[in-house]
Amino acid sequence: MVDCVIIGAGIVGCCTAQMLAQYQARIVVLEAKSDVAEGTSKANSAIVHAGYDAKPHTKKALYNVRGNAMYEDLCARMDVHFQRNGSLVLCFDEADWYKLEELKQRGETNGVQGLQLLKRSELVAMEPYVSEKAVGALFAPTGAITCPYGLTEALAENACANGAQFYFDCPVQAIERTEHGFCVYAGGQRFETRSVVNAAGVHVDEIARMVGAETVDIQPRKGEYCIFDKTAGELVRYTLFQLPSAMGKGVLVTPTVDGNLMVGPNANDQDSKEDVATTGEGLAYILQTGGQSVQALPRQAIITSFAGLRAHSKKYDDFFIGEDAKIKGFFHAAGIESPGLTAAPAIAEDLSKAVADFLNCPLKEHPIRTRKGIARFNEMTEEEQDAAIAKNPLYAQIVCRCETVTEAEVVDAIHRTPGATTIDGVKRRTRCGMGRCQGGFCMPKVAAILERELQIAPELVTKKGGRSTLMVGPMKEDAPCVQ
Amino acid sequence: MRTMNCDVAVIGGGPAGLAASEAAKKEGAEHVCIIERDDHLGGILNQCIHPGFGLHTFGEELTGPEYAARFVQRAKQAQADVLLGTMVLEVRPDRTLLVVGRKTGLMEIKARAIVLAMGCRERPRGAINIPGTRPSGVYAAGTAQRLMNIEGEMVGHNVVILGSGDIGLIMARRMTYEGAKVHAVCELMPYSSGLGRNIAQCLNDLDIPLLLSHTAVDIQGEERVEAVTVAKVDDKLQPIAGTEITFPCDTLLLSVGLLPENELSRTCGLALDRVTNGPVVNDHLMTSIEGIFACGNVLHVHDLVDFVSQEAANAGRYAAQYAMTGVVETQEIPLQGGEHVRYTVPQKTQIGPVTIRFRVDRPVKKPRIVVERGGVTLYNKPKMVCAPGEMETVQVDITPAKEETGPIVVRVQEGEK
Amino acid sequence: MSIRRFPCIQCPMGCALEVELDEAGTVVKVSGFTCKNGREYAINECTDPRRTVSSLVRCAGGHIPVPVRTKTSVPKRLIRPVLEQIRCTEAPKGTRLGDVLIHDVAGTGVDVVATRDDWNE
Repeated sequence: MVDCVIIGAGIVGCCTAQMLAQYQARIVVLEAKSDVAEGTSKANSAIVHAGYDAKPHTKKALYNVRGNAMYEDLCARMDVHFQRNGSLVLCFDEADWYKLEELKQRGETNGVQGLQLLKRSELVAMEPYVSEKAVGALFAPTGAITCPYGLTEALAENACANGAQFYFDCPVQAIERTEHGFCVYAGGQRFETRSVVNAAGVHVDEIARMVGAETVDIQPRKGEYCIFDKTAGELVRYTLFQLPSAMGKGVLVTPTVDGNLMVGPNANDQDSKEDVATTGEGLAYILQTGGQSVQALPRQAIITSFAGLRAHSKKYDDFFIGEDAKIKGFFHAAGIESPGLTAAPAIAEDLSKAVADFLNCPLKEHPIRTRKGIARFNEMTEEEQDAAIAKNPLYAQIVCRCETVTEAEVVDAIHRTPGATTIDGVKRRTRCGMGRCQGGFCMPKVAAILERELQIAPELVTKKGGRSTLMVGPMKEDAPCVQ
Repeated sequence: MRTMNCDVAVIGGGPAGLAASEAAKKEGAEHVCIIERDDHLGGILNQCIHPGFGLHTFGEELTGPEYAARFVQRAKQAQADVLLGTMVLEVRPDRTLLVVGRKTGLMEIKARAIVLAMGCRERPRGAINIPGTRPSGVYAAGTAQRLMNIEGEMVGHNVVILGSGDIGLIMARRMTYEGAKVHAVCELMPYSSGLGRNIAQCLNDLDIPLLLSHTAVDIQGEERVEAVTVAKVDDKLQPIAGTEITFPCDTLLLSVGLLPENELSRTCGLALDRVTNGPVVNDHLMTSIEGIFACGNVLHVHDLVDFVSQEAANAGRYAAQYAMTGVVETQEIPLQGGEHVRYTVPQKTQIGPVTIRFRVDRPVKKPRIVVERGGVTLYNKPKMVCAPGEMETVQVDITPAKEETGPIVVRVQEGEK
Repeated sequence: MSIRRFPCIQCPMGCALEVELDEAGTVVKVSGFTCKNGREYAINECTDPRRTVSSLVRCAGGHIPVPVRTKTSVPKRLIRPVLEQIRCTEAPKGTRLGDVLIHDVAGTGVDVVATRDDWNE
């Protein structure tokens, strides 16, 4: 019997687990995929939005502004990259200027600080490569960027340090209500629990249906992105938005905390909750549309593209958060689309409090409030590098050339709790394979380290769990020998 | 932190680095040190187990490992020092290197001259932005080659290869030899970028279809590749609707081009050529920073290792001369590609004899290669054919044009069809 | 009478060869070559096509295989049996470059040799 089962190890599930683990509660997190952040949390804009965009008085608006204010401290305690680089909403037509003013007004109603309208001359002074067509912009100094999967991993680690348990490859099949709460059937195991938090992203409606709770139908809405080489990372300093439309905040151009440039997303509704394939038309659209924000996008510097799904709630067009009206002990975190990443800490704060109140469990006396990330060789001074090598010779072994990642970091990533078990898991934790060669050099090395550290056969190493194997077996053994 | 001094530091122990270090030693440099990140010398040759190397150098066809072994032997005989498992983190303009390695830890190397010989890397999927899912089973052809030929692991059973670069062609045969089925090799352009002999031996011999003017338009499969869809492209290289062919397969190999690996050159501030993606060099293969030389695939992507070795030996020789004398020739006349010539290496030269290497921008039949400066024609010879996949080399003496002004231009004139 | 056209694979020049054969398959005329090797290759390719085969063998020393090749070219039609015998061969621990691993592979009269030292430890 545990106190709370959290379904979904995305940013909301992990953040809720991290905060609830500050209380004296036994927590289990169930994740269908092989790692944290395998859904929307790894594939989004990585923006900590200022909060001018959401309709006033909606949950999105409230949680956005609150979440934004919590980020700096949270990322500092979790040892995760966070950069308050500021956002600019570009206006390309004097006739649309009133829309910028409306946006500023809306932001101020939402409680966003420091909003400022910029004329072209001021804009160009701040962002030299901005499009010649931009007539001005709304400047939101509180806009920021972070590493969404890095933060999710950090929160999960801190939750574990405070006693939470994670189960991966553990999709929830059924939930029964019991005398003391719930029985959750997942990945061939049963979990008796007093409460459930449904943070299953695009799958929240299926989970809610299992227990007869209010169902918020999810409309998966795909967004596609391109990542550019670090040589293009300094093209822009701020996150460049265009005036928003009904489908979302439009295509943005932004630096990432790791120094790359990112362009995207588009927004296309689809039926599938699994399909995160990019499309030729989609990629062409974001490059064309995003390209309008700057003088020229260096297309030859694109190193990868990806797509993610927004969990859009058709019913509310807003977040749906809190305890179910009928089913006590069942908590919703539904419809978490943009600005979900920004809102996550505020959502988790409310949810963890509500769950703790429901469970009637007090705060731990000495919870672990901070987490130390993997010590990154390429972020160390020469003295620190020297010292790191003296302590651990694996710091002298470079695995990933593009990002200068050492074997020590890869081994650390594998042995954390929860640790990396896949190539992608190592990649998100260490940046091995995130550079311009996209794993061409380091993938075989990372695979070999995973084999060694997890003591598994080469053909069991996967890219991202399941059947995503890399090697299909030793050579010369796939057919019998005819002598 | 440890420090070390040397006369010539050679970054990379592949074919270029090996030939450069041997030549530098023979020229008289006392302390020549090869810095190699792998645990073995030989570089990418070690995974190129097919024959086809060394015809020009040794008059016989060797496999990659055999070719490498001969140059390793020569470098060792010349008594070049070797640091294995050592990565160069930074090259500074004052010719100091910051390296890290198992044996050395973090170490600073102060070199009188540096030879860049880091080789090249493959363009990844993202570089051509193939849409679709992101499953496992999509490999750069060279990565698959390493996994198979060095690690002994089979990477797939049913294969589609995108790009008809030499590595892709070689891998088509390699995978077939290991029992895999290669369904097709697709090439975006109407001609292959690989060597004709590789098309003959690796595809035609094994009845593997080569689909010219085709590209991948979709990758399917959530976990492992399940299918790849290719389509014909029009003359603007855009896919033509209705021409799609879907190959059920578990593996997609990409052989879509190589890029000189110039991360170190870039942070060092060397001038780079936008076409070759390698450093700009003069006829001594010296880059824009005095005492730093470049050769092999880091300078421009070669198709024959024999030419890499020749070029690298020159770079090693000039590096040694510089290390010993500290003297550089300053007179630099720009060398430019004209009609049908994508680039030249070197990009600058002085009066005197020079070896010019270049590539054409498209196949040219019955071409005439012309090198001229002002009104003086320095070279004018016909050829059977020029193709982008095959690097051209001409030896030219600039002396007759020493009174002229302006750049030296290399152009390829199309002959009668 | 028939004409076969194919590229020369003797060197990267890739000359376009043209060979005229009579009904019996005897070479009547060769053109398109630019060197002696090319002429020889053109004739051989029509009468007795041959290839040098390279592959890998398992190694008793560990998981890293040893690359191998046929010492000289073998008849093209025997590539399959050659590969099959290579596949069934294991290199001994400590194999060195040049070691003969198979004598007279698939009855071709050609040996298979290691093209690199055993890299396992």
